[in-house]
Amino acid sequence: MDRIPILKLGDALLVTIQVDMHDRLATALEDDLTNKIVKHNAHGVLIDISALEIVDSFIGRMLDNIAAVSRVLDAETVVVGMRPAVAITLVELGLSLAGVKTALNVERGMALIQRHHHVLERGADDDIAS
Amino acid sequence: MTTSPPETLPIRTSDDVVIVRQQVRARAVQAGLGLVDQTKVVTAASELARNTLDYGGGGVVTLTLIDDGMKRGVRLVFEDHGPGIPDLQLALKDGYTTGNGLGLGLSGAKRLSNEFFVESTVGVGTRVTIARWK
Repeated sequence: MDRIPILKLGDALLVTIQVDMHDRLATALEDDLTNKIVKHNAHGVLIDISALEIVDSFIGRMLDNIAAVSRVLDAETVVVGMRPAVAITLVELGLSLAGVKTALNVERGMALIQRHHHVLERGADDDIAS
Repeated sequence: MTTSPPETLPIRTSDDVVIVRQQVRARAVQAGLGLVDQTKVVTAASELARNTLDYGGGGVVTLTLIDDGMKRGVRLVFEDHGPGIPDLQLALKDGYTTGNGLGLGLSGAKRLSNEFFVESTVGVGTRVTIARWK
């Protein structure tokens, strides 16, 4: 079966979705990402959906699930590159992706992940000091 | 009236849902719909095709390009011979689902369409008709 490739980028994982995913492929991506977060001790997951022409409720739920699971595993998920027409449609469909952080592009998404991780690390150091 | 013959596609697997999305996109482009309208009708089609597959046990969709001189657009008819929907009002409510989805398929597709019509008979099947105009 096909798989969506997952790349390691520093201490984050990068997924670029370039195909019109059938439902099994989306489910496989959820599983693969969860395993790789643990395997690589990743602190962030960047999902680039700039090639996606639509996001329906199935893909929306997949993004929500990935964000929720990665949060439990101490990794931040940022969805980047959503097309304007997709954003308009998603909201009208009734999906707000409330649990998912978004950024305009990969650079900004990466900055968001690093900032988040940095704040957490500093917070941990403060705890030890006090 | 109609400028091209209707086309009927099977919805039997999740790969068929992908093909339905691609064909609906092609028809929407042909009808001259703008990018946002194309995206809306393709998204609605994706939701309804998945419903046909998951709840109707598979079925077909018929795509028609409409051009009656006054308006241009696409009309899609999803049909299955599944268990039918006992309570349509309830099925059209946001968040209501009998499966494990989000319950946005039918209500979301309605919001994304200019025309929306659903007929269902328990034990016979379900037919959902939508249209999106230019």
